[in-house]
Amino acid sequence: MKWRAAAGFALGAVVLFGVAPAVLSDFRLSLLAKYLCFALVAVGIGLAWGRGGLLTLGQGVFFGLGGYAMAMHLKLADAGEGNLPDFMELYGQLDALPWWWRPFANPVFALAATVLLPMLVALALGTLIFRRRVRGAYFAILSQALAAAMVILLIGQQGTTGGTNGLTDIEGFFGYDLDDPVNQRMVYFIIAACLLGLLALVRQLMHSRYGELLVAVRDSEERVRFLGYNPATVKLVAYVAAAGMAGLAGALFVPAVGIISPALIGIVPSIEFVIGVAIGGRATLLGPVLGAVAVAYAKTTLSERFPGAWIYLQGALFVIVIAVLPGGLASLARLLRRQPHGRLEHP
Amino acid sequence: MSTIRGRVAVLCAALAVALVLPGCGSKTGETTSTGVTIDVSGDTIKVGLLNSLSGTMAISEVTVRDAIVLAIEEINAAGGVLGKKIQPISEDGASDWPTFAEKAEKLIKENRVGAVFGCWTSASRKAVKPVFEENKSLLFYPVQYEGLEQSPYIFYTGATTNQQIVPGLDYLKAQGKKSVYLVGSDYVFPRTANKIIKAYAAANGMTVLGEDYAPLGSTEFGTIVNKVKAAKADAVFNTLNGDSNVAFFKEYKSAGLTAATMPVISVSIAEEEVKSIGTQYLAGQLTAWNYYQTTTGSANDKFVKAYKAKFGADKPTSDPMEAAYVSVYLWKAMVEKAKSFEVEKVKGASDGITFQAPEGLVTIDGATQHIHKTARIGKIGDDGLITEVWNSGGPVKPDPYLKAYPWASGLS
Amino acid sequence: MTVVASQLFTGISIGAVLLLIALGLALTFGQMGVINMAHGEFIMAGAYTTFVLQSAITDAGVSLLVAIPVAFAVAGAMGVLLEFLLIRRLYARPLDTLLVTWGVSLLLQQLARDIFGAPNVQTRAPEVLTGNTRIAGDLTMANNRLFILGLVVLAVAALTVALRLTSFGRRIRAVVQNRDLAAVSGVPTARIDRLTFFIGSGLAGIAGVALTLLGPIGPTMGTNIIIDAFLVVVVGGIGHLRGSVIVAFVLGVLQSSVEYLTTLSVAKVAVFVAIVAFLQWRPQGAFTLRTRSLA
Repeated sequence: MKWRAAAGFALGAVVLFGVAPAVLSDFRLSLLAKYLCFALVAVGIGLAWGRGGLLTLGQGVFFGLGGYAMAMHLKLADAGEGNLPDFMELYGQLDALPWWWRPFANPVFALAATVLLPMLVALALGTLIFRRRVRGAYFAILSQALAAAMVILLIGQQGTTGGTNGLTDIEGFFGYDLDDPVNQRMVYFIIAACLLGLLALVRQLMHSRYGELLVAVRDSEERVRFLGYNPATVKLVAYVAAAGMAGLAGALFVPAVGIISPALIGIVPSIEFVIGVAIGGRATLLGPVLGAVAVAYAKTTLSERFPGAWIYLQGALFVIVIAVLPGGLASLARLLRRQPHGRLEHP
Repeated sequence: MSTIRGRVAVLCAALAVALVLPGCGSKTGETTSTGVTIDVSGDTIKVGLLNSLSGTMAISEVTVRDAIVLAIEEINAAGGVLGKKIQPISEDGASDWPTFAEKAEKLIKENRVGAVFGCWTSASRKAVKPVFEENKSLLFYPVQYEGLEQSPYIFYTGATTNQQIVPGLDYLKAQGKKSVYLVGSDYVFPRTANKIIKAYAAANGMTVLGEDYAPLGSTEFGTIVNKVKAAKADAVFNTLNGDSNVAFFKEYKSAGLTAATMPVISVSIAEEEVKSIGTQYLAGQLTAWNYYQTTTGSANDKFVKAYKAKFGADKPTSDPMEAAYVSVYLWKAMVEKAKSFEVEKVKGASDGITFQAPEGLVTIDGATQHIHKTARIGKIGDDGLITEVWNSGGPVKPDPYLKAYPWASGLS
Repeated sequence: MTVVASQLFTGISIGAVLLLIALGLALTFGQMGVINMAHGEFIMAGAYTTFVLQSAITDAGVSLLVAIPVAFAVAGAMGVLLEFLLIRRLYARPLDTLLVTWGVSLLLQQLARDIFGAPNVQTRAPEVLTGNTRIAGDLTMANNRLFILGLVVLAVAALTVALRLTSFGRRIRAVVQNRDLAAVSGVPTARIDRLTFFIGSGLAGIAGVALTLLGPIGPTMGTNIIIDAFLVVVVGGIGHLRGSVIVAFVLGVLQSSVEYLTTLSVAKVAVFVAIVAFLQWRPQGAFTLRTRSLA
């Protein structure tokens, strides 16, 4: 089994670093970079939902926190020392940078914040929610409400957050001009490397003692409690880890696409993150990645040809995959091979 | 992958590849920083249509797309542009700003279109602006907007603030309205518009009695209307967008407020929106635009007739549709004057180009890339159409930064 | 003083609208534990029913009254269909139900867009419901909101009677409290489930009719309000109508008061914070059904 994982990683590396850049045009490669960002979010959802049974319908919030942290730094860097970002001069009529923007001028702080900020928010919210044993459907609805509240909050502060526009027109990435296709390529490679690295990390986590415990909490929280573990802590770790991954994805999305906006954070994009995970196979390692990329690709190509059809397809996918094939395509493959291990029953 | 070491080795290899490849990644001749060359091979010229065909904004943007298609068909029937037929390539922005940016890039880089027509919300325009600037490609933006912008690669064929909001305020002032209440959706256009209104009011002896914003899509206006009612303003300046208008006007009427006692002047309600809100709630209220379906003139008669023949007799024409329709003709005139599809030459030919539009004569102002337009205040009638009650008497010079208005000096 | 009174009325009427939307959910989610994200689209179906009926019956008042039972039947039928085709296969998987019904809601929205067009449609309200009633001095109450308040009171009363006093209600409560025990005692649980779903979805249809008096009628009208309604049921607590009723009015008044003092955006965020805080205090909602089950 282990050599297969190694072979898988090698194959992934060859495809991402060798084949894709060779055969795709600059434009399509930048689209792939975007899809891989979604895949990063999907890995986290796979961990929290597939393994931990925590259906987080608010991953957009963490994606957004990471994205905004990165975009704030890049906007400040674009503006130059002592200047205000362009949109702030236009809409904010501020004389000075708001205090909560200031630390983001520091690249180290901003980079750390892209991952740590979402994790902190998840930690705070998760502690409150899990400690009081709010779970299942309640948790899903609360995470959705969080996404809605976050969007309203961001939009309301137009002068300092760019409002509905979000933060756009990002020119440079740590001194590199993002207009240059060579640098766009570099961004793609960074994203691909992050994805591979994260997959290795999550694989390790899934196969660890903690990974077993997480699945146990998913399948029977009370039994785990009676065994002397605190399920709240177990769940919290998965939730916080997933938030960190979404934050990282958001941070990488910004240089790849050049924009972060509330449109990427709300209820609808948050639930869209989930569908790819469901299709690929929520409890597997690679399923969410492949599912997320496939869904994003399908969205781009289908909407190029038939705009309305994508919504029908998306709706149908939710219905068919989850009702009929809860294990996703990964379970289909397993069914064909008749190897009933790594089972997924009702989480 | 049996050991940590194995994993680390693979990762290191991956990272090494990542760091080496960029150096030899970019191939020459694909894209250059001097912009993308337009595809002029064959006997057609491609143009991009970038509108939301799905999602919340589809309500408004589909009609804009239809108007652009109408203009393209008319031009093609008359022989095309520089001997080439226009081939429209339509993309769906899906009411999602990052998708707009992605689709714009696709139209420019993969289809190599001559120009792109579309976008509606300010947010979608802001999202695509860097794409057009970076690739040195043209966007024609057909919707009234908040001004304070002048991208070298965008032509703005809708009104800027001094062609819509300022005339609206002038009209209220002439009607003897001394106080206004501002209601708007929470996004860039209403907030910027209200900033301008407050500056105008301060300089013109008007009082602003209150200012309220509702999140986009919000349909709960009980409290806001209560506040408006308690403020007893002479008029309400409404910059709400989309669905919110329906809820606002229903609430407004239930509160017993009428056009006679406290008129509402709206800048985002055109004929299409009147239809979906209902004249029961709107009759007698005011709007500020540059064009109405009822605008007189043979160019408009022809436009309205052609539109209804193609899309249905019950479909009204509106200001953004007209501005989109006009933008195609303006592009054609620019290309023909430049005798080239090349972006820089087309831009260079823009100044002074005129067109007998449905709204009357329009002229491109080359310096700002906006157009001279006639401002019109209209009153909503019981039949759902808007009739003009006042106009600026002739085209108003576009002034996106309001430089000619001393009271606006602190705004930009 | 007038302002306080009229704000209080606004808050109560916001609560009434919330409750009308949440009432159906209180049955399907509160009683059965099914999270039906397509509930919002049943509301939409009710609103479009009003629109379609109005093209047949021109008198606005008559068509509105006719629309109430018809919308109840239409939305109820859609609910039963959904229950029969999908939800009954998923009773053991509540989270999957959420995602499946989200998919259904996308399908229904796009279907509405293809049938009725993307733009909103309009209905004419009877003239009396567009006016207001003067209480004292400057204090007026909008007739459409009074109408909705009346509708909610009627619906809650009818539902309470049905649940408390009829044999159907006893069976529902039996299934809610212990499905297995109810089944072995001879309660036809599958049929009860379907009936509950019919009524819950039908109430969404009625909410749709009421919303035509207040807001837009379009493909996405349901999605915008559904999360608020879910929160009402979550905070109200499972298994009791009482909880949802009280919470809806409290949240309505809270939102309108905070909004009056600040802005709607702040009010929405404040409501969310209040809910998370409340769940810290009472994680199972305001009122809970006492059971010995651990889950």
